[in-house]
Amino acid sequence: MGGSYGSTLRYKSVERLKPVGKHSLIGASGEISDFQEIMRYLDDLILSDNMWDDGNSLGPKEVHNYLTRVMYNRRNKFNPLWNSLVLGGVKNGQKYLGTVSMIGVHYEDNHVATGFGNHLARPLLRDEWRENLTFEEGVILLEKCMRVLLYRDRSAVNKLQIAKITEEGVTISPPYSLKTFWNFSAFENPTHGAEGSW
Amino acid sequence: MSSIGTGYDLSVTTFSPDGRVFQIEYAAKAVDNSGTVVGIKCKDGIVLGVEKLITSKMMLPGSNRRIHAVHRHSGMAVAGLAADGRQIVARAKSEATNYESVYGEPIPVKELAERVASYVHLCTLYWWLRPFGSGVILGGYDRDGPQLYMVEPSGVSYRYFGAAIGKGRQAAKTEIEKLKLSEMTCRQGVIEVAKIRIYGVHDEAKDKAFELEMSWVCDESNRQHQKVPDDILEEAKAAAKAALEEMDAD
Repeated sequence: MGGSYGSTLRYKSVERLKPVGKHSLIGASGEISDFQEIMRYLDDLILSDNMWDDGNSLGPKEVHNYLTRVMYNRRNKFNPLWNSLVLGGVKNGQKYLGTVSMIGVHYEDNHVATGFGNHLARPLLRDEWRENLTFEEGVILLEKCMRVLLYRDRSAVNKLQIAKITEEGVTISPPYSLKTFWNFSAFENPTHGAEGSW
Repeated sequence: MSSIGTGYDLSVTTFSPDGRVFQIEYAAKAVDNSGTVVGIKCKDGIVLGVEKLITSKMMLPGSNRRIHAVHRHSGMAVAGLAADGRQIVARAKSEATNYESVYGEPIPVKELAERVASYVHLCTLYWWLRPFGSGVILGGYDRDGPQLYMVEPSGVSYRYFGAAIGKGRQAAKTEIEKLKLSEMTCRQGVIEVAKIRIYGVHDEAKDKAFELEMSWVCDESNRQHQKVPDDILEEAKAAAKAALEEMDAD
C-alpha cells in the first residue's frame, strides 16, 4: 500500500488494487499519477462498453490487451506510463492472470509480480503454486511472499490488501499488517563487532 | 394543415412573410411520420418507450435500437430519421463525457438537454446545413432527481412530466394526461407505457407489426440507464394486452 515520492516512501495508504468493470481487477506499482490516468482510461473504456447495453461486457483478457496497447504505444513515443500492472479476473468460468510492464512487455501466467516481487516472490510461487489451491491456501502463500518482500525490499510498508475475484465479482479486503519477527540474536547488540558504529 | 410556403421554403435561412421558417416545420414532419416515442417521469425515475415499426419480416428482433444510453445516468429515445438521431446521440455522449472529464461529476440532465438543444438549433442557422430530421426524448436521473426533456428539430427543449412524439403522439398524450404520474413507481410506469403504446398503435390498422423497446432510469436500476429487464417487459406487454382485450370487450 505504499506510494513513493522519489526514494522517500511518502504515502502509506495508497490503494493500488482497483476493480475494473464486472470481471477484472488491476494492481499497479510505480508512478501513482500514471496509475490514476490509467484508471481514467479504463473508466472511459468500461463506460463505453456499458452504454452498448448489449449483454456483453469486457473481460480480463480484453482489458489486458487494451492496457498492453496503451503501454506499448506510449513507450514507442518515448513517453511511457511509469507503471507495472497486474491484471486478473474471471469471466464465464475462465480465470485469467496477466501482467504488463511500462515498456509493453506482457504475458499471462499462473502467478505474476511487479518489481522486486519478480525476484523474491516468484521463485517461492514457482515452487509452491499448485493448480487447485483453495482461496485460504492462496492467501497464506501470498502472505508468505509479502512477508519476504517486507523484510527485504526497502520500499515496502507493512500494510497490505488482498483482493479476490470470482465469477460473482470483486472483493478487496480492508488493509491489514503482517506479523513480523525482529528478535534475532544478531540484532541484539548491533555494534558488537564495530564499536562506535550505529 | 400543410401550407405551401412557395418560394419561402427553399432554405432554412429564409423567413416567410408570416414569420415561419418552413424548412424547420418540414423537418418536424419527418418526426411526426415516424413510430411513436413516449417518455414519462414517475416518482422514482423515468421510463422511455419506442414503437419500432417492423419494416421487414427478416429483421432480427432486438436490432435497430432506438433508445441509446448517453451516460451512466441518462438515456435518449429517438424519433424521426434514424441516421440523424444517431448523430444527436453521438453528440450527446461526447458532451456528457467531456463534462465529466472537466468537472468531475456526471453531467446534470438539464445541462445535457441544453447542450443537445443548442447543437440541434445550430443546424438550423446556416444554409449549408440542414436541420435534423429527428426529435429526441431525453431522460436522466441526477442529484435533483429524475428529469425528462424533449428536444425538437427546431432546437427547442422543454422539461416534461410526460412527452410523446411521432405518429401516435396525440393519442399517447391524452393517455398520459390521465395517469397520476407523481404517485407511480417505474415498475407501474413500464406497464402504463406498454398500454399506451399498444393502444396508440392498435388504432392504426395499417402498421400492425411493431416491436416495443423500453428502457428506464430509476432507483430500482440503481439510477443507471438500462433496458427494462426482459421479465418485467414481458409482464408489461401481457398486462397491456389484457387491458386491451378488456377495452375491446365493451
